[in-house]
Amino acid sequence: MQNPYYPYPVRIDEIITETEDKSLKTFKFVFLDPKDEERFAYRAGQFAELSIPGLGEIPIGIASSPTEKGFVKFTIFKTGKVTSYLHSMKEGDIMGIRGPLGHPFPWETLEGKNVVIIGGGFAFTTLRSSIVYMIDPANREKFKDIHVVYGARTPGMLLYKEELEAWAERDDLNMHITVDGTDDPDWKHHKGFVPAVTEQEAPNADDDTYAIVCGPPIMIKFTQPVLENLGYKHDHIIMSLENRMKCGVGMCGHCNIGKDLVCKDGPVFTLDQLNEMPKEY
Amino acid sequence: MKIVQIDKNQWTSGIEKLNEGHRVFAPVKNKLFHDFKALEKDEKPDFDFKNTRLSPKSIVYPQSEILFRFSLDQKSDEYRILKENEKDQTPRAIIGIRPCDAYSFQLVKRNFDTPEYQDPYWLKAYQNSIFIAMACNEPCSTCFCTSAGTGPFDEKGLDALVVDAGDHYLAKVLTEKAEKLFEAAGWTSAAEKGAQSRIEELQSTAESRISTEIGTDKLKNQKMLDLYEAPFWEEIAFSCINCGTCTYVCPTCWCFDIQDETSGKSGVRIRNWDSCMYPLFSLHASGHNPRGSKVDRVRQRFMHKLKYYVDKYDKGIQCVGCGRCVQMCPVNIDIRRVCNMMNSYDPESCVCEVTSA
Repeated sequence: MQNPYYPYPVRIDEIITETEDKSLKTFKFVFLDPKDEERFAYRAGQFAELSIPGLGEIPIGIASSPTEKGFVKFTIFKTGKVTSYLHSMKEGDIMGIRGPLGHPFPWETLEGKNVVIIGGGFAFTTLRSSIVYMIDPANREKFKDIHVVYGARTPGMLLYKEELEAWAERDDLNMHITVDGTDDPDWKHHKGFVPAVTEQEAPNADDDTYAIVCGPPIMIKFTQPVLENLGYKHDHIIMSLENRMKCGVGMCGHCNIGKDLVCKDGPVFTLDQLNEMPKEY
Repeated sequence: MKIVQIDKNQWTSGIEKLNEGHRVFAPVKNKLFHDFKALEKDEKPDFDFKNTRLSPKSIVYPQSEILFRFSLDQKSDEYRILKENEKDQTPRAIIGIRPCDAYSFQLVKRNFDTPEYQDPYWLKAYQNSIFIAMACNEPCSTCFCTSAGTGPFDEKGLDALVVDAGDHYLAKVLTEKAEKLFEAAGWTSAAEKGAQSRIEELQSTAESRISTEIGTDKLKNQKMLDLYEAPFWEEIAFSCINCGTCTYVCPTCWCFDIQDETSGKSGVRIRNWDSCMYPLFSLHASGHNPRGSKVDRVRQRFMHKLKYYVDKYDKGIQCVGCGRCVQMCPVNIDIRRVCNMMNSYDPESCVCEVTSA
């Protein structure tokens, strides 16, 4: 019997401070046993429990893409007990990863389709994983047009800045980067909130176009009517939820929304599914 | 299946014998109440009881259980590497469990033994257990097992059912596992003719003594969001103090928390029973709480047992009718009344049948 509570031991290989306020850091982990990397085969949209013996575990979306080999990456906002400690850890330190957990984005459905990715703030991690996965030379032709709308409060609060700039240069990806505001005279991307930029830049809906939306509740609240106006049907709007979790494997009961468990039945749901569920998230 | 007759002295000496190769769990009197516990050598069980105050779920699923151990010694090669905690895998004989409580393990198993994941702690302990139930000749006034999918003589999930027939016991030996156990205990005398009808007679008397029932027939066809948005939750939750007693005494409440505890240079990862009655259960690190109010939490408990479980497994409700939550609730919230309100709820007319259970 496989023990689903046992984390794979990993070493912190690299720590990158992502944002100007230093509240977000990206951790690159390497598995101590290379075989564990194979066991951890994941897809974009899944998450894992990061485990620090002595402190506890936290569920975090996987920011690296399955096409990136030799490591896994997570971007972590400093907020509670475990994340605060994690922010004080050093390269070379040992901890654990349990997963991959939950359902990925519906890649079988998305193949052959236009994909519109809409993200805000630090809810851009599994979206990064998705973008890197889709634009990989082995995968790019599986998808039609790809649009990305990504916003943060200021340029300094954007995640993965170098990658964003590189993606903006590509002609097989429509990048729409935005910030709520900036006094940088050289800022060459959008200014404005994500819903407004979505309204301006997102393609009109058709049966072959899916939107993936991840962001703070306020962004989701105002993006939903924009997508509806553009004609997106609720089963073409895909979201990823968060709830307090412990086990990550559907047993501890913490993260339920109605009969569904965010960890095991989600975290990815269509808006169509969410309409049938209580708003307990 | 065969029926064995055990006289009362044999019963006591048999249990003593079993305590050699097994860990025997049985009801033991503890001040005013009975508790299930592992019998110490020479400790006497007491079968003069209606039911134990706490459910026997802790035999398989302890309230606190160490999952892993780890070292916090930075010089150690095993610094921060989790190690399995060795468990006592001696076979467990659970003797005198009530049929409703034994049936609860069948309901809970659906949570811990799934196609995708198996909980090794719960499952190994369950597989190592043998369930020797004691039928209820005299149910409590709060019992409603017969309308909750089980009954005072229910055999589902049992290895053997023991019936108190006055000056002796009659036992239905239902599995091979039980047959071996009965041999080890020396309970082998075949019952005389008529034992079966004697058991049936006691069973129908017991069943007729169960005076309350719940309606569950319409729960499945109710729309989940209709029930969720029903107008009665405020009223049901009004007196609740979120003490969590109902969840701790319940044989089918399985939710748990995982915590790390450290002491000096070592630590353990443990899991503890948790309760959806507490605000911390669903609190996000951001401060947001999807079930921030008492009404949300009371609704969660009843919706989970009486609707979400019904929809998810299509095997009835997540309740065996033991009545502990009814007995122990300090403010008299009664799941029988709530279940009947949910079952009879009509969102069109918005009138619900209020029964005094």
